[in-house]
Amino acid sequence: MTETVLFYIFSSITVLMVLLMIFQTNPIASAMFLVFAFFSLAALYVLLQAPFVAMLQIMVYAGAVMVLFIFVIMLLNLHRDELERERFHWKQAGLIAMALAFAGFLINHFVKIPVLPFREVSASFGEVASVGKVLFSDYVIPFELTSILILVAVIGAVLLGKKELE
Amino acid sequence: MITIHHYLGLSALLFTLGLLGLVIRKNLIIMLMCIEVLMNAVNLSFIAIARYLNLMDGHVVSFFVMAVAAAEAAVGLAILVVLFRNRQTLQSSDYHLLRG
Amino acid sequence: MITILLKILVPFLVIFQIIPLLVWAERKGSAFIQDRHGPNRASFGGLRLGGLLHSLADVIKLISKEDIIPSHVHKPFYLLAPFMALLVACVTFAVIPFAHPLMIDGKAFTFQAADLNVGVLYILSMSSLGVFGVMLGGWASNNKYALLGSVRSSAQMISYEIAMGLSLLTIILMSGSLELNSIVALQGVNPLNWNIFKQPLAWIIFTTAAFAETNRNPFDLPEGESELVAGFHVEYSSMKFGMFFMAEYAHIIIASALISTLFFGGWQIPFLSTEVVQSHADLGLLIFLVVHLVLFLMIGLKLLSKYKKGRYGDNRDNEVLILGSLFSALALGIAALTFFFAPFHLGDLGSQIFTAVLQVGIFLGKILFFCWFFIWIRWTLPRFRFDQLMKLGWKILLPLALANLILTAVWLVL
Repeated sequence: MTETVLFYIFSSITVLMVLLMIFQTNPIASAMFLVFAFFSLAALYVLLQAPFVAMLQIMVYAGAVMVLFIFVIMLLNLHRDELERERFHWKQAGLIAMALAFAGFLINHFVKIPVLPFREVSASFGEVASVGKVLFSDYVIPFELTSILILVAVIGAVLLGKKELE
Repeated sequence: MITIHHYLGLSALLFTLGLLGLVIRKNLIIMLMCIEVLMNAVNLSFIAIARYLNLMDGHVVSFFVMAVAAAEAAVGLAILVVLFRNRQTLQSSDYHLLRG
Repeated sequence: MITILLKILVPFLVIFQIIPLLVWAERKGSAFIQDRHGPNRASFGGLRLGGLLHSLADVIKLISKEDIIPSHVHKPFYLLAPFMALLVACVTFAVIPFAHPLMIDGKAFTFQAADLNVGVLYILSMSSLGVFGVMLGGWASNNKYALLGSVRSSAQMISYEIAMGLSLLTIILMSGSLELNSIVALQGVNPLNWNIFKQPLAWIIFTTAAFAETNRNPFDLPEGESELVAGFHVEYSSMKFGMFFMAEYAHIIIASALISTLFFGGWQIPFLSTEVVQSHADLGLLIFLVVHLVLFLMIGLKLLSKYKKGRYGDNRDNEVLILGSLFSALALGIAALTFFFAPFHLGDLGSQIFTAVLQVGIFLGKILFFCWFFIWIRWTLPRFRFDQLMKLGWKILLPLALANLILTAVWLVL
């Protein structure tokens, strides 16, 4: 019962925040709405018994990636009065919305998966130790490759951001 | 009673909204943020299915998706900064030099 | 339900009671270091209480000031920023254990609001969120100096988060768990077993990073009073500035609580484990009451002996009388309590509660000691320049923390 209520609360907050993020002219307002959306997503992860991923979501997405976004917006000094009013392509948006709604209706009708309940999980499901066990045994090669990827991204970002010295 | 369909439906809805935002908006930063929304929708789907099937692999893949998304956001923002320095504008409709 | 609400409310109240104490300690402590008296004028009916009332005067002044919102600010974020700064500091207290869990009817009653299995990760996440309050405050003020101060401050905070996280990793490696309760319990009662002696380098790195995270001297260039005219909160007035002010002290309290939990054994009383205190609770309570009795009696008599009529010529003479009689009355009360109810027969629950009270007291003592440490360092060391600050964070602390981590991991494997 509480799970149902909490799910609906957090999912509606997420959808509302993402909608608000899309239709804002001020980029920092968009960024803050996205931060709140990430928060409610982290709450949904906790509901799905994934506390490690929830904390990672707040630490990485809300705490680092969005800080980077807001930093760049502040550095480029995009104030609200300097932004032009964008024209929304309402026709385009309406077409896409209709296409997606139709696709959803089709999927719902023709792919009727029987609703099975969630399987029972142990108490240590989603905890750090369990994630670590799988990460370092089955997925150790992607783990090492991800570290190289992040190193390459850091080098790339620094190189791109450097100002040319005269 | 919350079933897997609720979570998958929410993930699909978030993906759709992110896609909508990506197509509608012309401001490059907002477009990058919509890409983050796309990746988060996929993350939610992974975690929900991991819970449904009692497998930890979903959490691990979600961890990788987060790492890749962070790296991509960093490089994307660096490219954006260079673009802004050269063109002084961030509207995607202003980058039309190759349009012939 | 009620217990959860209480567990949320009590740390919140603890923070809000320690903040005025810290403001007073900062002023009196800085005066002591700088060889002057410090504030001692605010009085209430003659009671000066050594300057404690200045905090109350500050609060009254800040509340009653006119709340100016300049016309050029971006209002939603201008109003949101102080709340975010204060909120982040307050919610971190949810995972910090105050005492050993009580066993009531077979169920454990933990002294944390949330006994998270990923406690340390929660703390790191909340410190990452602390950057938002500063950034939004600076940007929303629509002021060049505020923007500069907030950009500097957020750059500093995100740089030192990495060193902080890496030094915490070594503690996690040594303790084998992310739960704060286990980290504290594993440190044991022997002070030589506490994490400060097992990981001194991690302590130095963590403390330095904590100073940088709380924007505190020697890292307070972002709010440097001589450089940037109060930095990112220059456009804030009255209670919103009061919130930033409180948020800074709340961050100091959080950092002290973390240092004492992770490195100095948290709620562990040195050489007295929980079982020992619980089994000797009757004797312990007697000793506790007698010690307080003697202490209060001595303070009361000393204060009473300092009374000299005509020293100030007005109400301030009576201050020592009032305080002296208060302490003596308290001493007499404790004496009455002891002699009427001795010998004590605390049951199982009573001895557990007594142990918990002692442990909470020790924990608060450690927090206050580290808060004093923060204040001491602030008024002793000069300020870092910004490039020196960034060089320290990236080129010195980060490699040191990494080397520490690798050494610890290798040592644990061997």
